[in-house]
Amino acid sequence: MAALNFHFDIDGEDFSSAGEASVEMKKKLRQLGFPSDVIRRCSIAMYEGEINMVIHANGGNADVDVYPDKIVIVLEDHGPGIPNVELAMQEGYSTATEQIHNMGFGAGMGLPNMKRYTESLEIETQVGVGTKLTMVVAV
Amino acid sequence: MTDNFLHSVSLDAERCIGCTSCLRQCPTEAIRIRDGHAVIRTIFCIDCGRCVRVCPHRAKRAIFDKLSDIDPKYKFRIALPAPALYGQFDELTDIGCLLESMMELGFDEVYEVARAAEIISECTRRYMRKPGIPRPVISSACPAIVRLIRLRFPELCDNVLPILPPVEYASRIAKARVLKNHPELTKDDICTVFISPCPAKSSYAKNGLSQTRSSIDYVVSIAEVYMKLSGKVKKPHPGMLRSRAGIAGVKWASSGGEAEGLFDDRYLAADDMDNAIQVLDAIENKRFPHLEFVELNACPGGCVGGAATVENPYIAKARLLSFRHGLPHNRNYLDVKDQGPDYVPPDAVLDAPINDYIPTYSLSEDRFEAMRMMMEIDELHAKLPRIDCGSCGAPTCRAFAEDVVKGEATMEDCVVLLRRRLHEKQEGGAKE
Repeated sequence: MAALNFHFDIDGEDFSSAGEASVEMKKKLRQLGFPSDVIRRCSIAMYEGEINMVIHANGGNADVDVYPDKIVIVLEDHGPGIPNVELAMQEGYSTATEQIHNMGFGAGMGLPNMKRYTESLEIETQVGVGTKLTMVVAV
Repeated sequence: MTDNFLHSVSLDAERCIGCTSCLRQCPTEAIRIRDGHAVIRTIFCIDCGRCVRVCPHRAKRAIFDKLSDIDPKYKFRIALPAPALYGQFDELTDIGCLLESMMELGFDEVYEVARAAEIISECTRRYMRKPGIPRPVISSACPAIVRLIRLRFPELCDNVLPILPPVEYASRIAKARVLKNHPELTKDDICTVFISPCPAKSSYAKNGLSQTRSSIDYVVSIAEVYMKLSGKVKKPHPGMLRSRAGIAGVKWASSGGEAEGLFDDRYLAADDMDNAIQVLDAIENKRFPHLEFVELNACPGGCVGGAATVENPYIAKARLLSFRHGLPHNRNYLDVKDQGPDYVPPDAVLDAPINDYIPTYSLSEDRFEAMRMMMEIDELHAKLPRIDCGSCGAPTCRAFAEDVVKGEATMEDCVVLLRRRLHEKQEGGAKE
C-alpha cells in the first residue's frame, strides 16, 4: 500500500507553535488505530525534532510517511548543520544559548531521545547547509 | 462502538435551535447539528458540562436526581455536600450554619466531602512515597478528566492515582459509620446523596470509575440545594452544628487545592478542558521529568466552576477563602500508626486500576481501511473552504470531511461550497 503522507511546516520564529505538529500527528495516528506506544514514540520523536528546528535552525519541515507496518518521520532544515554528530548524540550535550536554557529547553536530550524512542535514526548534515533526520518507528 | 456509559448531559430538542454555540466548544468534538438540533455522539462525550454552560437557550441539560426522587424506603439519609457548595451563599458566615440548614431538607446526617478529601490527601501523600510508581501521578478526582484519559491518552492510564475520589470515600465511610452507630439499621436502610457541582460527578455515581463501582445512591445538583436554601440559611447560634473539615479539605473546591495538600511544590494544577488537554499532551511527550503530581479539573477554576453551580467560580473561591479564618489546616486523619510511611489503607484504594483504554477515535478497526479513509478525508478537506463556520453541522471542516467519508454527511451540506457553485452557475449563465 502506498504511504499516507502528512506534511508539516515548522515555524521557526518563536516557541509559540512548537509542539503543534507533534500533537497534530498524534491525532492522525490515533485515528489510524496504531497502538498507543507507537503513537507515543512517534510523538516524542517529532516533538524533540520540532524543538530542535526552532532552537537551532529557524524552523524547517516535517514529512511523516505512514505505512501499515512502520512510520517514517523525515525532518529537514536549512540551519547551521551539526559540526560533531557524535558529540550531539551524547546525553546532556547542548549548543543551545543561555537564553534558550533559561526558557527550559536545551537539556541536550533532543537527539538522544529521538534515537531512544525510534528503531533507527539517520542523520545527514552539512555545516552551513542544513540537516536531514530520518527516523523509523516500527509498528 | 459503545461502552454502555450512562451520560448526565442531555439535550432538550424543543429548546435547541441548532445555533452551533456548543458545537465548537465541545473539547472532544462530540456534538453535531443534525436536522436543526444538536446531537451528542455519546461515545465521545465525557460529561464535562461545557455545552451546558455555553448554551444560550438552556437546551443542554445536566441530569441530576431531585431531592424528591429519594425513595421513602430509606430510613437514614446522609447528605454529602461538595465543598464548592459552601462558596455559593452570599449570607453565609459559618459553614456550620449551612450544614444545619441542610438537615431541614430531610437529611439525618451531613457528612462533608471536604473531610474525606483530607484523608484522601493523606493517602495520596503516602502513595507518592512508594518507589517505582509511574510519575507524574495524575489526580483521579475529576471524572471528566479520567474519562478523557481513557479515551485519548491510553499511555497515561497508569499514571492516574489509584485512590478513591473524595466523594466516594465519603459515601463509603459515612455509610459504614452509620451502620456501626445504628445497629438497628441494615445497609439497605441507608442512602447517600451527593450535592454535586457538575454532571461528570453525576455520571460517576452511575458508572463508577473504570472498574470501580460507586456506593453513592443519589446525586443532586448544587443548584437545587441553593434554590431550596438561599435566603433561609440559619444564623449562628449556640450549640449549632459545626463543620468538621479544615482548610485543606475545603480547598479542594478550587483548582490547585488538591495539589497544595500534598506539601510538595513539584506539582502542576490546570483547569478548563483546553488547558487539561494541552497538559496531557505535554506529559505524554515526557516533557516534565521533575513533576510529581498533576491536578486537572475540567471546569474553569476547578469544581467551583462546575455546570451545576450558581455563583461565578472566582466569587465562590473568594468566599471559600473567607471561611478560613480560625479554621485549622487539617481536621481528619488516618489511623495508621503502626504502618509504614507509604501504607495506604485498602478501603481508600480504587477497586481496580484505570487500565481500560477505549479507542474511540479510530476510523476503522482495519488499519488498511483506516488509511484509505484518511486519504479520502485529506482529499476532501483540501476542497473545503476551511473556515470552520459550523453551518454544515460539524465543528470544523476537517470533522466535516471525516463525517462525509464515514457516510454521516454529504458534500452538499457545505453551504459555502454550495453558494460557490451557485455563483459559478449564474456567472456561466450570464456569459452564455
